[in-house]
Amino acid sequence: MSTNLLEARNIGKRFGGVQALKDVSLTIRSGEIYGLIGPNGAGKTTLFNVFTGLYPRDSGDVRFAGVPLTLESPHAVAAAGIARTFQNIRLFANMTALENVMIGRHVRTRAGVFSAILRTRAERIEEAGIRRRAEELLRYVGISDHADDLARQLSYGDQRRLEIARALATDPKLLALDEPAAGMNATETAALRSLIEGLRDDGLTVLLIEHDVKLVMGLCDRVAVLDYGEKIAEDVPEAVRANPKVIEAYLGVGTR
Amino acid sequence: MKTNRERFGLALIAIALIALPFVLAAAGTAWVRITNFAVLFVLLSLGLNIVVGFAGLLDLGYVAFFAVGAYVYALLASPHFGLHLPFWVILPIGATVACLAGVILGAPTLRLRGDYLAIVTLGFGEIVRIFMNNLSSPVNLTNGPKGINRIDPFQIGPLDFSASDTLGTLVFSGPIKYYYFLLLVLLAVIVINRRLQDSRIGRAWVAIREDEIAAKASGINTRNIKLLAFAMGASFGGIAGGMFAAIQGFVSPESFILNESIMVLAMVVLGGMGNIWGVIAGAVLLSFVPELLRYTVEPAQMALFGKLLVDPEVLRMLVFGLALVLTMRFRPAGLWPETRHRREMDADRA
Ligand SMILES: Nc1ncnc2c1ncn2[C@@H]1O[C@H](COP(=O)(O)OP(=O)(O)O)[C@@H](O)[C@H]1O
Ligand SMILES: [Mg+2]
Repeated sequence: MSTNLLEARNIGKRFGGVQALKDVSLTIRSGEIYGLIGPNGAGKTTLFNVFTGLYPRDSGDVRFAGVPLTLESPHAVAAAGIARTFQNIRLFANMTALENVMIGRHVRTRAGVFSAILRTRAERIEEAGIRRRAEELLRYVGISDHADDLARQLSYGDQRRLEIARALATDPKLLALDEPAAGMNATETAALRSLIEGLRDDGLTVLLIEHDVKLVMGLCDRVAVLDYGEKIAEDVPEAVRANPKVIEAYLGVGTR
Repeated sequence: MKTNRERFGLALIAIALIALPFVLAAAGTAWVRITNFAVLFVLLSLGLNIVVGFAGLLDLGYVAFFAVGAYVYALLASPHFGLHLPFWVILPIGATVACLAGVILGAPTLRLRGDYLAIVTLGFGEIVRIFMNNLSSPVNLTNGPKGINRIDPFQIGPLDFSASDTLGTLVFSGPIKYYYFLLLVLLAVIVINRRLQDSRIGRAWVAIREDEIAAKASGINTRNIKLLAFAMGASFGGIAGGMFAAIQGFVSPESFILNESIMVLAMVVLGGMGNIWGVIAGAVLLSFVPELLRYTVEPAQMALFGKLLVDPEVLRMLVFGLALVLTMRFRPAGLWPETRHRREMDADRA
């Protein structure tokens, strides 16, 4: 039996009059690719923001790797082992691709002001390690040719890859991807797919929000469906696809 | 690794900088003083560059830290309290007190950005100046608007920075000695800045500037890293302030008005935010050009028209304003902007 990596219970989040999340509970198991789908505005991104500490939640709690996650500061969540990408790519536009990934190493390294000023031996070793790991990750996601280019000069697909590399640099246990295939063409999507499969084969757990239902169904071990802030289904892809509630949410009656 | 060409260039610059004060002294000691103040402004700009250029936090009250450093020096080395500590004790104290002031300013403003932060820092700068203006009763701490006089010059053993020494045929006047000291401090500050910029902390500053949310999500404790930027910037300001007090021999609140903050910010922006060499160029330009005008405009008008048509001060501000507007129009990132690709620093890391 696989162990549970993340257990969220009764998560609630409200923005003024909008109940963006209502009593959402879900469990992500170690080593799986867990899909999160739902119509636009269903609350998927909001759930990500709650998990990663960017939004305070109104209710509920989260256990991660067996311990309660306080969710008070995003950097603490990153340190605990959750890394994410953003639906609207958020790179450090005027830093090079390599530097973007090096930033991801911040949370796993410790050199402070004084060791930087003195360029101590420990600092130089650590810095060389950061650089080496960042170069490795750029190669892993397949954009090492662009290491010295500014992030904003990269193509859209490469920016998505760079964001994944930066997230991986934090040595996460759980990688959360918010619509990574959005705006990609078929070739790019196929490459992304094999990248994500490779990550799972390397033992990483992946939480994937995706609009491309075909991609989700083909890739994920289990899928949850959000609709109007509520989880309406959570199962293996075939079962979810056949679920009448899901069919209604997607093809549903009324205006949305 | 540096190439031979670069080494040669650096050696030339070093020789020029070492010979400079004697050349200037030939034109008048005033020019050495002007140069010293220019170096002080370079130091201030480099300090502010950490906050504004690297971390992207708009600070309009930076002169407050300069003031704190200056007053710490004045209080600990003048007849005001009868204290006469040596400068190498006071400068670190001044840096520490300024650093604390930086944290005090930084802590409550961590959630603010852009214009809101600018307004709060502006207020902070004014509060510090008003304190200095008014902390003369019931206990006379700052001597109010009159300021503090007869501040001790630097003294290293028998070497007195307020007197002239001769070495063979060379005359080392006070300002020349301060010049060399300032040059050493400047060198140290440049090295510190470059090392910081190219470190884990420096990258984190830039990441916060570029996208604070992404920086947080990437595991950066943005609160601490921003405080660090304020603290480091303030410390440099404090050191510059201490040297200012010693060189000038007196301090008063008048020296620390909002205009000075704006001037330093203009140097950073004009030169090229985030690029150390650009910032230095900006500070040197904005320090010297107005002085050059001051010394040339009046004689030039007298020679041409036989009378003074435009007040040099007016022309000075006019040229200054025009230069800023033109730079921002044609080189919005500054004269010498930050370029992050293929930096030389990457090379000397390897
Ligand atoms: N920062 C915010 N402020 C106010 N409302 C928000 C905010 N973020 C999301 N919402 C609202 O919460 C709901 C869920 O949004 P979101 O999580 O982005 O949906 P999804 O990612 O599933 O498309 C939407 O109605 C959206 O308008
Ligand atoms: Mg979304």
